[in-house]
Amino acid sequence: MQPLLSIENLKTVFSTARGEIRAVDGVSVSLASGQTLGVVGESGCGKTMLALSIMRLLPPNGRVAEGSVLFDGIDLLSLPEADMREKRGSDIAMIFQEPMTSLNPVLRVGDQIAEAIRLHQNVPAKEALARSAELLDEVGIPQPQRRVRDYPHQMSGGMRQRVMIAMAMSCHPRLLLADEPTTALDVTIQAQILSLISSLKEKNNMAVILITHDLGVVAEAAQKVAVMYAGKIVETSDVEKLFSNPLHPYTRGLIESRPSGCSATDGNERLKTIPGTVPSLYELPSGCRFSERCNLAENICRQAQPELVEIDKGHFAACFVAERTVRGIHGIRFN
Amino acid sequence: MASVLIDIQKLEKKYTLGGGFLQNRPRIVRAVDVIDLQIFEGETLGLVGESGCGKSTLAKLLMRLEEPDGGSVIFKDQDIFSLSPGDLKAYRSRVQMIFQDPYSSLNPRQSAISIIEEPLTIHSISDRKQNREASIRLMTKVGLSSEQAGRYPHEFSGGQRQRIGIARALALQPSLIIADEPVSALDASIQAQILNLLKDLKKDYGLTYLFISHDLNVIRHVSDRIAVMYLGHIVELAGKNDLYREPLHPYTRMLLAAMPSCDLPGKNRDITVRGEAGESDDAGCNFKDRCVYKTDLCKTTKPLLKFYREGGWCACHHAGTI
Repeated sequence: MQPLLSIENLKTVFSTARGEIRAVDGVSVSLASGQTLGVVGESGCGKTMLALSIMRLLPPNGRVAEGSVLFDGIDLLSLPEADMREKRGSDIAMIFQEPMTSLNPVLRVGDQIAEAIRLHQNVPAKEALARSAELLDEVGIPQPQRRVRDYPHQMSGGMRQRVMIAMAMSCHPRLLLADEPTTALDVTIQAQILSLISSLKEKNNMAVILITHDLGVVAEAAQKVAVMYAGKIVETSDVEKLFSNPLHPYTRGLIESRPSGCSATDGNERLKTIPGTVPSLYELPSGCRFSERCNLAENICRQAQPELVEIDKGHFAACFVAERTVRGIHGIRFN
Repeated sequence: MASVLIDIQKLEKKYTLGGGFLQNRPRIVRAVDVIDLQIFEGETLGLVGESGCGKSTLAKLLMRLEEPDGGSVIFKDQDIFSLSPGDLKAYRSRVQMIFQDPYSSLNPRQSAISIIEEPLTIHSISDRKQNREASIRLMTKVGLSSEQAGRYPHEFSGGQRQRIGIARALALQPSLIIADEPVSALDASIQAQILNLLKDLKKDYGLTYLFISHDLNVIRHVSDRIAVMYLGHIVELAGKNDLYREPLHPYTRMLLAAMPSCDLPGKNRDITVRGEAGESDDAGCNFKDRCVYKTDLCKTTKPLLKFYREGGWCACHHAGTI
């Protein structure tokens, strides 16, 4: 089956006063319709810049230096800006973390959704407004006919995120990028929004990229996972494999350092920790970017950068040690 | 049984919203709505609830940063709301706070060492030299190095800043530390480091914690007992393993069902998570609109916190039968 989205060796660079940094450094990933890819990583790992590179909405000092983003066979990166505008919001939609700052505070929510509809479809204003109410109903907002006339401040955070989702769904996108969609929300609201996104995905056979820092959210909502660290994907596989058999020491560290609410405790357990902090993109180690924090690091890890290789069927990791222990061979390529 | 360190009795705090000229009638928000709660010496009491449930207001009342509309908080046989200014200063040295955001809770123009030293100076603990030495010891205790003493907050990472905040809270050797979401602004790999540090410090200094969080995974890890708050009320209070094994209140069950967990990818949710927290209700149960078990009784009578099992209290008319 041909994937809907296929990203090849994407490199996104930023020029800053302190020099050029690579926020996304050689990311390759693909995604089929009806699938959710969870992109997980800590702040600064490049997960948001990956999404903005796909949307071609990078800040002015950022640009894609290399690579391709094939959407349904078309390279988005080489499209003229006018055609890209056509794709944004219709074929590809995005929702953000903070629903308050993503909505216009002085426009009624119904008008904002109608605006998105009329931008891409030639329908009269009245019909677009009626369609907004249907969309609000679809995303589970009670009394949609009344709620279309609300301003964003009259709604709760969860309701606003539902409005954002309604707006994203207005033109039946085939790909939805969701950047930390539930981070600002309470846990009971988060559960509702995640289940809404996955039911819309099922219904419309949509592909979803779910960006989050929370492994729990990935486990609940994604089928595929990519773990990012300092601009690179360090491990990717389907969700069950990643949690049952994490191969990369960073992934394992993330899973093990998470306090678990699911098992009884006597109060004396210590959490396993990953020592140190994420390296600055200005001072990256020469070898594996995780080597300085890794308790398995060997000499080779400090000298060469491991590439993402298929270690087990459908399970990729960028780690020399994992590769050797699982396969019993040295698969090292020097750059 | 350990002795009671802080005894919260019928504590109440209301805020009035709106009601200006030409506006609608003012709305009264009961942020803390008649709460009775005891914190025992040496324990970690976890306080969990969603935004707006009043958990931070409760923390502010305990620090006496807000004046209550009723009730009292007894610390060492005295009501903290009727302390003389001198006694209040002494009280504040016994109770310290760690904040959520390590970026906004440190003065950007003060070096790390002077942030940690400041409480010692204000409470004139000893002379300048000794205060400085004590502060350096605290820095190493929380995992910073003494070479970093002269650096300013922006030169530290988020996790390191939180360590500075913790050292500042420890400076006066308090008996109670109120930690308001101390790890929720931190990255996953840093969270575990700070949680371990807080546990070690508790053991070394014999601290008592009131640990506020919205994260049920974190709360279970750190707490001995857990209080669940909903719209100004404590709806359930239990030993932590009881609470997770056998939650009594429907709201606790909903929270647990909504908790994202990576132990069971794709687990089935048999409890429906629905609705949003509205406003507190004068007559009935605050949770009734979201509750699948509600009956006529819930619409007319407020449930009170009742004893159900050893160390387990719950405010629900139907607890134990549902």
